[in-house]
Amino acid sequence: MMLESYALSSIGSALKPLPADWPGGFWWHWLVFTIIAILFVLLMVLFFTYFERRAMGRLQARLGPNRCGPFGVIQPIMDAIKALTKEDIVPYNADKVVHWLAPAVAFVPVLLVFVVVPFSNGAMLADLNVGILFVVAISSLSALGIVMAGWGSNNKYSLISAMRAVAAVVSYEIPVVLSIASVVLLAGSMSLNDIVLAQNIPFILMQPLAFLIFFIGASAEINRSPFDLLEADSEIVAGFHTEYSGMKFALFYLVEYAEALLLSVLITTLFLSGWRGPLLPPWLWFLIKVVAVFFVLVWVRTTLPRARIDQLMALAWKFLFPLSVINLVITAIEVLAWPGGVPWPMLFVNIGIMAVLIVSWSRLFKFGWGRVKVEA
Amino acid sequence: MTVSLSGLEIGKQLKERFPGAVVEANDQAVLVKSESLLDVARYLKDTTGLDFDYLAFLTAVDYYDYFELVYRLASLKHNHTMTLKTRCYGRENPVVPSVVKLWKGADFQERETFDLFGIKFEGHPNMKRIVLWDGFKGHPLRKDYLSDGN
Amino acid sequence: MAIKTEPFLLNIGPQHPSTHGVFRMRATMDGEVIVDMEPVFGYLHRGIEKLAEERTYNGFVSLTDRLDYLSSMSNNFAYCMAVEKLAGIKVTERCEYIRVIMAELQRIASHLIAVGAFLNDCGAFMTPIVYMIREREKILDLFEMVSGQRLTYNYMRVGGLSQDIPEEFLPALDKFLEQMPRWIDEYDQLLRQNEVLLARSRGVGILPKETAINISASGPVLRASGVKWDIRKVDPYSVYDRFEFDIPTGACGDCYDRYRVRVEEMRQSLRILGQARKQLPGGEFQTPVVQPVHLPVGEVYGHIESTRGELGFYIVSDNSIAPYRCHIRAPSFLNLTALRDMVVGWKIADAILIFGSIDIVMGEIDR
Repeated sequence: MMLESYALSSIGSALKPLPADWPGGFWWHWLVFTIIAILFVLLMVLFFTYFERRAMGRLQARLGPNRCGPFGVIQPIMDAIKALTKEDIVPYNADKVVHWLAPAVAFVPVLLVFVVVPFSNGAMLADLNVGILFVVAISSLSALGIVMAGWGSNNKYSLISAMRAVAAVVSYEIPVVLSIASVVLLAGSMSLNDIVLAQNIPFILMQPLAFLIFFIGASAEINRSPFDLLEADSEIVAGFHTEYSGMKFALFYLVEYAEALLLSVLITTLFLSGWRGPLLPPWLWFLIKVVAVFFVLVWVRTTLPRARIDQLMALAWKFLFPLSVINLVITAIEVLAWPGGVPWPMLFVNIGIMAVLIVSWSRLFKFGWGRVKVEA
Repeated sequence: MTVSLSGLEIGKQLKERFPGAVVEANDQAVLVKSESLLDVARYLKDTTGLDFDYLAFLTAVDYYDYFELVYRLASLKHNHTMTLKTRCYGRENPVVPSVVKLWKGADFQERETFDLFGIKFEGHPNMKRIVLWDGFKGHPLRKDYLSDGN
Repeated sequence: MAIKTEPFLLNIGPQHPSTHGVFRMRATMDGEVIVDMEPVFGYLHRGIEKLAEERTYNGFVSLTDRLDYLSSMSNNFAYCMAVEKLAGIKVTERCEYIRVIMAELQRIASHLIAVGAFLNDCGAFMTPIVYMIREREKILDLFEMVSGQRLTYNYMRVGGLSQDIPEEFLPALDKFLEQMPRWIDEYDQLLRQNEVLLARSRGVGILPKETAINISASGPVLRASGVKWDIRKVDPYSVYDRFEFDIPTGACGDCYDRYRVRVEEMRQSLRILGQARKQLPGGEFQTPVVQPVHLPVGEVYGHIESTRGELGFYIVSDNSIAPYRCHIRAPSFLNLTALRDMVVGWKIADAILIFGSIDIVMGEIDR
C-alpha cells in the first residue's frame, strides 16, 4: 500500500523541482528502484533486440523473425534460452581469469548508469547532484571489459578490436563530454532530473550542434554503425567477442544493447526533454522517446557503410573536437548574456551557427589518409 | 576484330633476329627453343609494331615425350594476338625460363603449371605449389598420373 | 620519435565472413597496416581440367557450370563456342541470340551480387545485398524457366541449346527489361553519392593502367583502370557485332571505379538485351546435324567476355571422344594476381574492400 502510493505520488508530481523532503533515500526506495532499473534494462534489451531485427527486416525488404509467437515476439526469449544452454568454450592458451571476468566487467558499469536516470519527475534511484558526471565516468568503464575480452581471448582479431576500442573511447569521450558540458551550462545543473526540468524548449533545438556531436560521438563510443569498428564482421570477424560463446556471449550481447539503450535514454534526457510531454503520462513519453531514438540508431545502421579506423579518428579530432569547443564557447557567451535564462528565439541563431560551422569546417579537413608507405 | 598474326610471318622475323631459336613456325604458332624463350618473349613484348604487352594465358600440354608450353600473347594497342610455344624434355626435372619479369600475370599461372605438371620455371621468385598442398605426391595433369600418386 | 613496432602474422581466412569462399590472405601486419600479403588458395580444387580429359565434349558442359558458379551461363557459352570453333559447327541464328540473352542476363545477375557483396565488405549491414539479391531472384526465375535450374543451368550444348525457350519466357523477359532500369537507377542514386562509401572507396586500392595490363587483368578490373578492352567489342563473337553498346571505363582504377564500371555494365547489358529481344529470330534452336563425337585433331582457343573478364577455353583435340587437354583461362584467377600490389600499405579494412572489389569466385580460381 505504502509502496504503491509512494510510486504514484513520485510519478505524478510533474514539472516541479524536487522538494527538500523528496521521499527518496529510504531502504524501500532503493529496493523498488533497483528492481525497476534492472527490470527496465533487461526488458528493454529484450524488446530492442526484437525491435531492431524487425525494423531492420522491414528496411531490408524482408520480414525479420516472425515464427516464435505472434509476430515473433518471443524470439528474444528463445534466443536467450539458446544462448544460455550453449557450451561454454574457453580458447586454449587464453588468459582464463581475464576471459571469465571480461563480460561482467563490461556489463556492470552499463547497469550502474541507470541509477541516475529519471523515468519521471524524481522517479529515479538516486538524484545525484553530479548525475551526468557519474554517467560519463562510469559508462567509460565498459571499455575496460572490452579490452579485457580482447586481451584474454588469445585471438588476433580480438586484440585488434580491443585496440580499436581504446582508441575510439579515448577519442570520442572528449567531444561527447564537451557537448554535454554545453547542455549543463544551459541547464545550470548536473542532475539529470534538473536538466529535464530546465527543458521548456527541448535542448535539441537550443543546442542542435551539441546534439549532433553527442549523437555521433556516443554512437562511436558504443560502437553502433557506421562506427561499429569493434565488431566489424567483414574485417575482424566478431571483434572482441569472437571467442565467446554461450552465456558469456549473451552477456556481451546484453551489454551492446544496454549501451544502445543508455544512449537512447541519455539523448532523451539531455536533448528531448526526458519524460515531459502533453497528455500522456510521463513514463510513456519517456518510453516513446527512447524507442524513437533507438529507431534512428537502427535506421542509421541499416543505411550507412562503415568508416575506417583512421577516418574515425580524424572525425573525432579534426571535426567533432574543435566544433564542440566552439559550441561550448558560444553557449557560455549566451548564458553570460542572459543570466536569467537564454530566450527561445536564440534557437534560430543556434541552428544558423550550426549550419555555418558544419559547412565551413567540413571544407577544412580531409577525411583520413590513404596508403602507408611500406618499406620492402 | 582481333587479328591473329600468322606464325609464319613472325617466325621469319624471329629467325632473322635470333638465328637458331625458332624450331618450327606454322600458321597458328611459333615454336621456339626453351633456351631462347626469354629473349624471344622480350623481343615480342618490346618491339614497336608487335607490342605484345598482354599475356592472355600460359599453360602446358603433356605429349609424353615432351611438355609443350603454350603462351598466348595479345597486344591491346594493335589488337592482335599470336601463340608462342616452347618445349621441354624429360619427365624428372623439366625446366623452362620464367617470364614473370616480363608479364607479371604469369606469376600464378607458372605456379599452377608447376603444381599440376611439375615443370620448373627458372627465375620465378616463388616457385611452389599453388592449388595443391605442399606434401602432395605427383602432378595430376600429367598424362601418366594415377590417383595413388605414382 | 618513431614508435618501434613489431609486425605480426594474421591469417585472414579461410574461415572468415568476407573472403567470398574459402580464400586465405596470409597478411603480415604492422598494427592495422598490411605490410605484406600472400594469397593462399586451392581449398576448392576439384581438378576440373583433368576431369575434362575423361568426359565427352558435351558431357563436360555440366562441369563448366561449377567453375564460376555465379555466371554459369557464360561458362557454358565460352566452352560450347570453343568446341564449335574446333569442330567447325555453325549454330543457328536463334541459338546465337538466345545465348547472348542468357549471357547478358547472367552478367546483370552476377554484377548485382558483386556490387552487393562489395558494399557488404564496406560495412553496409546487409542492406544493399538483400536488395540486390531480390532483383537477382527475378533473373534466376527466368533461368529456371529455360533450364529448370537456379544456379548450375547446364543449358547450352555443343551445337545449340538443351531446349528452346518456353513461351512464357519472352513476356517475363519483357517485364524484367521494363522494371530493371528503374531499380538500377534507384540503387545507384542511393549509393553513388554516399559520403561514407566515397571516403572508403575513392583512391583506395588503385591499380594503374600499366600494371593492370602487365598482370593480365581483364573485365571490370581492367576497364576500371581506364583500358577500353572488352572482348565483345574488340573481338566480336557470336552476334555481338549487331548490337549497339558502350564500354564503360574508370578514371583511375580505384575501388570506386570498379564499382561504377559494374553498375554501368549492367545498364549496357540491358541495352544489349533490349536489342537482342527485338531482333530474336524464329527457327531451330539447334544445328540439325548429328552431334560430332570425334573432333578433328588440332587446337583452339575460344574466349568470351564473361562477367569477370576474359574467360577462355584452350582445347587440344587428338580425335578421340574427349579433349586431349582443356585449359581454362579463368579471369578471377588472373585478376587475383593484382591483389598483393593493391593491398600492401592499406589497412585491414581496405584490404577486405579491395578484395571485394576484384569480385572473385573461388570455383573459378581453384578449378
